[in-house]
Amino acid sequence: MMTSTDAVRVGTPSAPRPMDTPVLLDVNDLRTHFKMPGGTVRAVDGVSYRLHRGRTLGIVGESGCGKSVTAQSILGIVPRPGKVVSGSMVLTRGDGSTLELAGLDPKGKTIRSVRGNEIAYIFQEPMSALSPIHTIGHQITEVIRLHTGANRDQARERAETVMRQVGLPRPDEVLVRYPHQLSGGMRQRAVIGIALACNPSILIADEPTTALDVTTEAVILDLVRSLQETTGMAIQFITHNLGVIAEIADEVVVMYMGRQVERASVTDLFLRPQHPYTQALLRSMPRLGRRVQARLEAIEGMVPDPFSVPAGCAFHTRCRHYVPVRCDQPEYLEVAPGHWVRCSRAGEVA
Amino acid sequence: MLVYTFKRLLLSIPTLFVISLLSFVLIQLPPGDFLSTYAATLASMGEQVSGDNLALLREAYGLDQPLYVQYLKWIGGIILRGDFGLSLEWRQPVASLIWERMGLTIALTLSTLLFTWLLAIPIGIYSATNQYSLLDYVFTMIGFIGLGVPGFMLALVVMWVSFSYFGADVGGLFSDAYKNAPWTFGRVLDLLSHLWIPMAILGMEGSAGLIRTMRANVLDELHKPYVTAARARGLDETVLTYEYPVQVALNPFISTLGWALPGLVNGGTIISVTLSLPTAGPLLLRALQSQDMYLAGAFILLLGSLTIFGTLVSDLLLAWIDPRIRLDE
Repeated sequence: MMTSTDAVRVGTPSAPRPMDTPVLLDVNDLRTHFKMPGGTVRAVDGVSYRLHRGRTLGIVGESGCGKSVTAQSILGIVPRPGKVVSGSMVLTRGDGSTLELAGLDPKGKTIRSVRGNEIAYIFQEPMSALSPIHTIGHQITEVIRLHTGANRDQARERAETVMRQVGLPRPDEVLVRYPHQLSGGMRQRAVIGIALACNPSILIADEPTTALDVTTEAVILDLVRSLQETTGMAIQFITHNLGVIAEIADEVVVMYMGRQVERASVTDLFLRPQHPYTQALLRSMPRLGRRVQARLEAIEGMVPDPFSVPAGCAFHTRCRHYVPVRCDQPEYLEVAPGHWVRCSRAGEVA
Repeated sequence: MLVYTFKRLLLSIPTLFVISLLSFVLIQLPPGDFLSTYAATLASMGEQVSGDNLALLREAYGLDQPLYVQYLKWIGGIILRGDFGLSLEWRQPVASLIWERMGLTIALTLSTLLFTWLLAIPIGIYSATNQYSLLDYVFTMIGFIGLGVPGFMLALVVMWVSFSYFGADVGGLFSDAYKNAPWTFGRVLDLLSHLWIPMAILGMEGSAGLIRTMRANVLDELHKPYVTAARARGLDETVLTYEYPVQVALNPFISTLGWALPGLVNGGTIISVTLSLPTAGPLLLRALQSQDMYLAGAFILLLGSLTIFGTLVSDLLLAWIDPRIRLDE
């Protein structure tokens, strides 16, 4: 069901809020590699960004570009054999102290006290992210009791409050249900509720609406937004959908083959994209007001083999502006205030 | 849950009826009957049985009546009087022959099942959570040997080793003193001291397979998104292994309970013959060979009922452990 408001949403970035609030997470030159028998996959290869209180950072890119691994690196839940090999991820905690997340034992106490407590993670598919054999109530009170030391009744009470907050009007009924007894939208609300149960300062949402239909997607995005306004949490929103980015993000990082190719405020990114990859992504997106017969442009070529990322600019094999030699060592430069691009021809191409 | 249980109980009645019919027909399928087999055996020993005599016997045992009459008499006796008929070969009521054997069989079966699970589940979990570790390889190797070596072979080896090195006869379930004694506390102890050898031999074969199943099941579950999601919520690895994946991985175990019961009874026959155990398997085998129809029929009927009972128990357990299976909700 596509209403006219839905159509307007797509491709019309909302005005970004300034990134002037305190930094809660500072990711600097993060590299996460997978050493496999066939070679090393540099899933994340030098990514830097900051999460600000009350602001949303969108991370966008095609499947396999490393956006999910970036998020998993923060919580130390990268699947084997992936490993954070360098870089830093500094978390500012509630009391003002800082904690370096890189290099923490992934099974240790410290990172476990961060997971689900200070940094919460929402996965793509709500059905598969919930245990099929436990009730929603069990799964949410488990987290609350783990991190806050609340007793059964207190946890129950908190769970009901959170469920009401995420728009589930009869929490007592939802809490005794199993995941398969809820609708997709309700499940994702429940998942968000579990994520918010311990008042995290940071919420990582990994394609939380991809598995939902468009109407439910819009409702969930509105919910996330309003929850951010009440709680002031920082959100890292991962998606491949630029329409969603336009809707929710203040700042955007574009990733390609594990590297960050562009970072800008959402308006700059949509109105003045600098990297040919970002430009191509925007051209491949349906927009209102375009001639109906005009075909959408697809990005030429295929995503390269992750075992052999092209040398120099990773995008050069698919780039229509590629110039040999000149494009071989692109640097990551600030072309306008707050607007970073990794392209030797930035400013010349459009 | 109650409605579900009741429905399942109700459904087992027609199934039992079909099983009783089938078991009766199956016994009648081979050409001839007990008396012709009996006459042939006597003839092979040089004795002659006259046709008149056979006809008289046939009439006495009711073998001259049409099949459905025989069936109705047989099943009617079982339902109304608990009378399973007369064993033609043993000249005794079937009931007196089978109950002790059935009881011993069930004792052996259940203890084997328990032994198998106690062995296979922890090893399977360990192997899955420590995949490709040294112990995982060791267990894998032992498991494949266990799968590859037939149970009766293992039984022979155990018997030979214990006889030639320890001078002990490990056959049977009782010492000679207790073999035909009435049930006393001493006899139970004697049974327990003999039970573990067939239990271990029978269990070895089953465990090997179950370890592989458990390992694969847990491995499947360990990498599912809901485990990662729970990890991202800060749960520790112990909870992540035992509270979530193991519980889901047990699911197939329970669903096999239904045929694990009769499977162990049947699968144990060869081992039982080897170890001369007074269980149901060998007696059933003999009853089938001599076409002792009421005895064989009673066994098959009981095995069938055991399957239905096992399936019922496993279905109820499954519904209890896995909420997705509660169909009536």
